[in-house]
Amino acid sequence: MAYKAKIRVTLRPSILDVQGKAVQHALENLGYSTVDSVRIGKYIEMRIEGEDSGEAGSVAEDVCRKLLANPVMEDYSIELEKINQTD
Amino acid sequence: MADVTVGIVVFPGSNCDHDTRYALDSLPDVTTRMLWHNEHDLRGSDIVVLPGGFSYGDYLRAGSIAKFSPVMREVVAFAGRGNPVLGICNGFQVLLECGLLEGALTKNRDKKFICRHMHVKVVNNRTIFTGLYRKDEVLSLPVAHGEGNYYAPPETVDMLEQNDRILFRYCEPDGRVSDEANLNGSVSAIAGISNREKNVVGLMPHPERASEELLGSVDGRRMFEGAVRHMLR
Repeated sequence: MAYKAKIRVTLRPSILDVQGKAVQHALENLGYSTVDSVRIGKYIEMRIEGEDSGEAGSVAEDVCRKLLANPVMEDYSIELEKINQTD
Repeated sequence: MADVTVGIVVFPGSNCDHDTRYALDSLPDVTTRMLWHNEHDLRGSDIVVLPGGFSYGDYLRAGSIAKFSPVMREVVAFAGRGNPVLGICNGFQVLLECGLLEGALTKNRDKKFICRHMHVKVVNNRTIFTGLYRKDEVLSLPVAHGEGNYYAPPETVDMLEQNDRILFRYCEPDGRVSDEANLNGSVSAIAGISNREKNVVGLMPHPERASEELLGSVDGRRMFEGAVRHMLR
C-alpha cells in the first residue's frame, strides 16, 4: 500500500508570526478590513509505503517529530490519503 | 607546548568559516582545521566552532538539516564529553536544533534582517568562552541575522537564569537592558546561552567579525582567546 501524507507545520499560537503580520498588513492596504489573524505555515507532502494507514501514519509522525517540526515553536498535523495503485 | 587544535565545521552554505579561521589563526598557539560536514572524525580538535552562514540553504528551518550531518554526530559526542563547542549565529541555530542547547530562534520581531554592531553585556564570565571578559562588561559585536529572535518557554528561561546559563544580553551602550536595545525581540534580551555544564555556548553576534581594530571592534577576540588559553592550562 502507498499513502500520501499531507503535513501542515504551523507556528504555535504563542509565537509571533512576523510573516503573517506583514501579509495581513498588505491585505489591510488592499482594503480587506474584515481579514485578520493571518498565520503562515508550511505544507509538505510525501508518499509513504506501508502495510496499512497505521504503519504509514507512524512513519509520518516520526518524520514530523524528528525533522519537519521544531516542537519548541511549531505544531504539526498529518492527513493520510490512500493512493490508488492504478493511478 | 603543543598547539591547541580548533576544528571549524563547514556545512554547505556556511559563509563565516574562513572569517572564523582567520580570527583564530591570528592567535598564538592555535592550529585550525576545517571539518567538512560529511566527515566522521574531528581530527584531534580540542575546541569545535560552528560558524555562521546558511547551512543547507536554511531549508525547512535554519539549522534543521545540519543536525543530521555525520560531523554533527561527532560534535554532539564531543560536547557530551565536556569539550568546548562554540556556535555562532547559524552555528547557534544548529546547536539548538540538535538539542545541545534549549530554545529556538524565530524571525526578528520587526521582520527585518539586522546587520549592524550591537551592544552586548557579559552576564556570566565564568565559562571557557567568557572567562577573559569582566562581568557586566559591554561589548560591541556585529550581528547579521533574520532569525535571531531567541524564544524559550518561561520555565526554560527561568531555568537558564537560575543556572547562570544566560551568558550575553543585548543592551544599551551603558549596559542597561531595554526593549529598544533588544532589536530582534529575544525573550529576556538573550543573545547567547550555554548548556548546564557551560562547555557548549551559542550566540547570535559574530565574535570573529570583531577580532581586529580594522573591523571596528576587537571585543570578539577574547572569546576565542579565552577558550584557547583554557585549553593550554
